[in-house]
Amino acid sequence: MEERQTILEVKDLQTSFFTDDGVIPSVDHIDFHVREGEVLGIVGESGCGKSVTSLSIMGLVPSPPGKITSGQILFEGKDLTKFSEKEMRRVRGNDIAMIFQEPMTSLNPLFTIGNQLLEAITIHKKDWSKRKAKDRALEMLTLVGLPRAKELMNDYPHQLSGGMRQRVMIAMALVCDPKLLIADEPTTALDVTIQAQILKLMRELNERLNTAVILITHDLGVVAETCERVVVMYAGKVVEEGTVSTIFNNPQHPYTKGLIASVPDMRFKKQRLYSIPGSVPKPGTINQGCRFAARCEFVFGRCTEENPPLYETSDGHKTRCFLYDEKEVLADDRAVVKS
Amino acid sequence: MTEPLLKVEGLKKYFPVRTGLLGRHTGNVKAVDDISFFVNEGETLGIVGESGCGKSTTGRMLMRLLEPTEGKVTFNGKELTNISNDEMRKARREIQMVFQDPYASLNPRHTVEKILMEPLIVHNIGDPKSRKKKVHDFLEIVGLSSYHAKRYPHQFSGGQRQRIGIARALMTNPKLIIADEPVSALDVSIQAQVLNLMQDLQKELKLTYIFIAHDLGVVRHISDRVGVMYLGKMVELATSEYLYAEPLHPYTKALLSAVPVPDPEFKREQIILEGDIPSPSNPPTGCTFHTRCPFKMDICVKEIPQLQEVKTSHFVACHLYNEQVQH
Repeated sequence: MEERQTILEVKDLQTSFFTDDGVIPSVDHIDFHVREGEVLGIVGESGCGKSVTSLSIMGLVPSPPGKITSGQILFEGKDLTKFSEKEMRRVRGNDIAMIFQEPMTSLNPLFTIGNQLLEAITIHKKDWSKRKAKDRALEMLTLVGLPRAKELMNDYPHQLSGGMRQRVMIAMALVCDPKLLIADEPTTALDVTIQAQILKLMRELNERLNTAVILITHDLGVVAETCERVVVMYAGKVVEEGTVSTIFNNPQHPYTKGLIASVPDMRFKKQRLYSIPGSVPKPGTINQGCRFAARCEFVFGRCTEENPPLYETSDGHKTRCFLYDEKEVLADDRAVVKS
Repeated sequence: MTEPLLKVEGLKKYFPVRTGLLGRHTGNVKAVDDISFFVNEGETLGIVGESGCGKSTTGRMLMRLLEPTEGKVTFNGKELTNISNDEMRKARREIQMVFQDPYASLNPRHTVEKILMEPLIVHNIGDPKSRKKKVHDFLEIVGLSSYHAKRYPHQFSGGQRQRIGIARALMTNPKLIIADEPVSALDVSIQAQVLNLMQDLQKELKLTYIFIAHDLGVVRHISDRVGVMYLGKMVELATSEYLYAEPLHPYTKALLSAVPVPDPEFKREQIILEGDIPSPSNPPTGCTFHTRCPFKMDICVKEIPQLQEVKTSHFVACHLYNEQVQH
């Protein structure tokens, strides 16, 4: 595809939680990358590790009990896992910003919107004058489509609706021109019509400011409409990765297939929904073999014994499933024959 | 035509707003404002709308968990809105409810057996031995096993808890189940399991459902007819096929176009509504949607549109269709 620089590369990341029941790897050796100006979706059901991944990138994993136990997070070539808390604070909000699911709980109810926006600016842009900071705050509020920005600066969070609060959060996240925005379920708490407004805003801002976005969500519809590439996670592992159209038109991993088939589609009525039997395993309970094996309809001997690696089945399309092993072998053979 | 199983006429719920030290009555929050509909035996009526539209309040009023301010609910030929609390309790044997949050609606200190037996004891059905058998039977019916009976709610996953919630609703052999957002707290793969279970049970036990949800895909999947609510009013009511293929009300159109579709190749014209839902304590005059409607006319500000049959079995409350009304 186009020549865009990779700005974030997550390599072999493992984040574990040290609990009374032992060490539980919530994110288990995952790899993915984000390119400049790209919108990457991370999808998965609850407990798959998608939120822990984002917290790991931001250095916000609650510690104890959590800890990054292996791997690297390379942001513009520098390993964030090696950063001190002080260095991390300079990155957070400045180079990488984050917005959360609950716009109600991520704003401080005791301070005005203006106060909180200015705080974000003054922490990172120490040399800016008050005037300049205020102009920037107003500019951002207008950019995210909030009317009467001036008066809004003096309003408190409770005076705004859910959709407006999420717009304020986006304005706050983008106020220092970050290169990467992590959005963790940004529209889950919102109504459909408001969700449509916010997603449209995020698409527009991504195009205009060229900020790369990691969109974490459980909603496949949101992914299809917003993202360029998708990473599907299951029980702490990346099970499939590819462009949006390959994931939706040619899903390979049985879990991805099942997930897409179980969404009721508003456009037509199916007699019966496909459903994946069983439920997501508790983290840490499956240590041997493929984590999806117990729910998979194509399971065979090898699945419960060995851990499947990620097979690259076509350019940029990777699947963690032994079903695609042969192809890989064949491709290797062909390569050998050619050489 | 046969009499519908449930008939709702002019149902209203106003919550009084009291202010000041003396608690003077200064206004009303019109949570549900004059809605009428019916449900036929064996069908599923879906009710959709965004938060605050009054869909849950409606569900609760049908069971009289909330007293309606005005209006009439007739179930199986019997009026529910004028009977005593005692009689209502007996009537609830035939109408049961499934709630959204399977975590909050099961008592954490009771075993599943006790939770499921409770409705039988309250309604005085059977003796201890037959009750126990029934509990075990229904656990199997909803896809759990009889050995689960001795466990506590925290030992189950979200999907399993919702199965217990459904089993509890079925214990008294009800005719009508009101399900209020039964799958919205569940993951997609589990949601599909529970929806399939509900459809199977409907066929097997000849149940009638009122399915309240905000997810339009889920509602389309399970419902025969769908009602769309906005700010306490029913704005459109039609068979799910017609409603999704040919929505008439501007709000329904916008709502349907806002739903993200899991298909990256699917292109459509999105109608993005401006602004937020107005407060139900001070709803706009006339049509409550006129503040956000792209087709607003003068009449919309002045007159409240009535739900009228515009096409066969397709009802809409919008002044745009005044000329097409069928009599």
